[in-house]
Amino acid sequence: MHPAKSVILFTTASGAGYGLIAWLGVLAILGLVPADRGLGLIAFGLGFGLVVLGLVSSTFHLGHPERAWRALSQWRSSWLSREGVAAVFTFLPSGLFALGWVVLGRNDGAFAVLGLIASLSCVATVACTAMIYASLKTIRAWHSPWTLPAYLVMAALSGGLLLLVLLGLWGQPLAGPFGAIVLALFAATLAVKLLYWRSLADMDDASTAESATGLGDFGKVSLLEAPHSESNYLMQEMGFQVARRHAERLRRFVLFGGLAAPFVLVLAGLALPGAGAVVAAVLAALLLGAGLAVERWLFFAEAKHVVTLYYGESRA
Amino acid sequence: MTSLPRNPGPTKLGLVIDLDICVGCHACAVNCKEWNTGGHSAPLTDHDPYGADPSGVWFNRIHSFEVVDDDGDSRTVHFPKSCLHCDDAPCVTVCPTGASYKREEDGIVLVNAEACIGCKLCSWACPYGAREYDEDAGVMKKCTLCVDKIYNENLPERSRVPACVSTCPAGARHFGDLGDPDSEVSLLVAARDGYALMPEQGCAPVNRYLPPRPKAVAAESSGVSALAPVAAEAGSAGMLARWVDRMLSR
Ligand code: SF4
Ligand code: SF4
Repeated sequence: MHPAKSVILFTTASGAGYGLIAWLGVLAILGLVPADRGLGLIAFGLGFGLVVLGLVSSTFHLGHPERAWRALSQWRSSWLSREGVAAVFTFLPSGLFALGWVVLGRNDGAFAVLGLIASLSCVATVACTAMIYASLKTIRAWHSPWTLPAYLVMAALSGGLLLLVLLGLWGQPLAGPFGAIVLALFAATLAVKLLYWRSLADMDDASTAESATGLGDFGKVSLLEAPHSESNYLMQEMGFQVARRHAERLRRFVLFGGLAAPFVLVLAGLALPGAGAVVAAVLAALLLGAGLAVERWLFFAEAKHVVTLYYGESRA
Repeated sequence: MTSLPRNPGPTKLGLVIDLDICVGCHACAVNCKEWNTGGHSAPLTDHDPYGADPSGVWFNRIHSFEVVDDDGDSRTVHFPKSCLHCDDAPCVTVCPTGASYKREEDGIVLVNAEACIGCKLCSWACPYGAREYDEDAGVMKKCTLCVDKIYNENLPERSRVPACVSTCPAGARHFGDLGDPDSEVSLLVAARDGYALMPEQGCAPVNRYLPPRPKAVAAESSGVSALAPVAAEAGSAGMLARWVDRMLSR
């Protein structure tokens, strides 16, 4: 599948934003972090900033952005519509939660409950995003049981790491224990990603050029002539191919540069005094950001759509 | 409403395409483009049509496949493909706006260009590559089964079939009600073991394909000796022949 920059930016940025807001809600309901106004201002500013950046960039690839409101109507059947509804709804509890924290200096009681509702709606929104992809039977790489956990754990990790940076900056004593949670999320992301890639290699249930044409009884099917001499929308949108050795190199970058290296940095940060820990966490966040962008690029680039069977592929 | 019709009627209009007969002339694709660029989903925009890299929206495209059996005997199959007007159309259920819908009365799958936001998700959900995005209009386009032709009372009755069907010079395309087991198309499908494409995708397409008939004569027993490759002989060709060859291959 063609890896459109707008969709990569949308899914990674909004994932991190929702992850950050969700963690703020969790910490508030558990009463683990005081409603420091400065921390709240920056944390919510960053969280909402990323979410809005993501949502705006997702409308870039629409043919008619001005009609985007129509996408809220078909939640009964469409995950894309459900994502829209969940995203709009999430602004309500998370907005009130943020106001309570930043304006009133409160994140306890009713505000903590709002925070919890905000967390749950953040999770639901990210889950809907994942399901848009996971529900497409035409793309085996996405129609995988690992797609949903991967989106959720990566949102939790990226949002969590941003929060870790902020907790460190504000000298919150929680930074230490929360660092351990972030390390666990790194491990979980690594595991999910490896399992996801392993499931990709298994092509047992693939559609084939034979099933696509129904001509398998007559022998092995291959494309003799494409319908037109030039490329078309389908080939541009779904025919994107990444060379195997590039894909392998990029996977290694995701694993080592994007996940293992920031893991080590966060781990080192736990041992370092205040400022050192913050620097380590900031570096880790930059590496993770690059890693997740590459991971999301690969998620598209490595996904083969069954329509390619009509354009020369033998299995998809 | 992008949910599939709750009470689908018995009628399922669709196409039956005879792969034994199709000669791959692309006439159906051309006439489809011709009719539909003024039809329900008009226009079928082209980009750079006379330039170096032309592209554009087509509802119907003809692929050609080679099928080689275990003995190395091969055949060419021309393979027209357009929307199969699936019963369980995933393109309809994924649509967030309600722009894509399946008609209750005849099962035709259409796009409402007024409501489409151009998110392209339906084209990702379709296994058959039946939906093409119109960059200019910013909306999705697809085969309408010539909904503006098949019910058109201004046309003589025999013309009330999709443009591809009326134009096929070989008679490889049939149109009718595949929901009625006694319709001509249904009888044809039954007689020729017509099949659905990629049933494993679970879309329950309505259109059917008729398989090529067994070859009357196998290649090696036909008594026709294979032609010797021309290239090897070129050196021995006469001077005039070589000159003609040079002139022609300029
Ligand atoms: S062929 Fe594709 S576009 Fe047509 S109804 Fe089926 S899924 Fe939808
Ligand atoms: S491109 Fe248009 S018709 Fe297709 S899913 Fe999006 S809104 Fe619906």
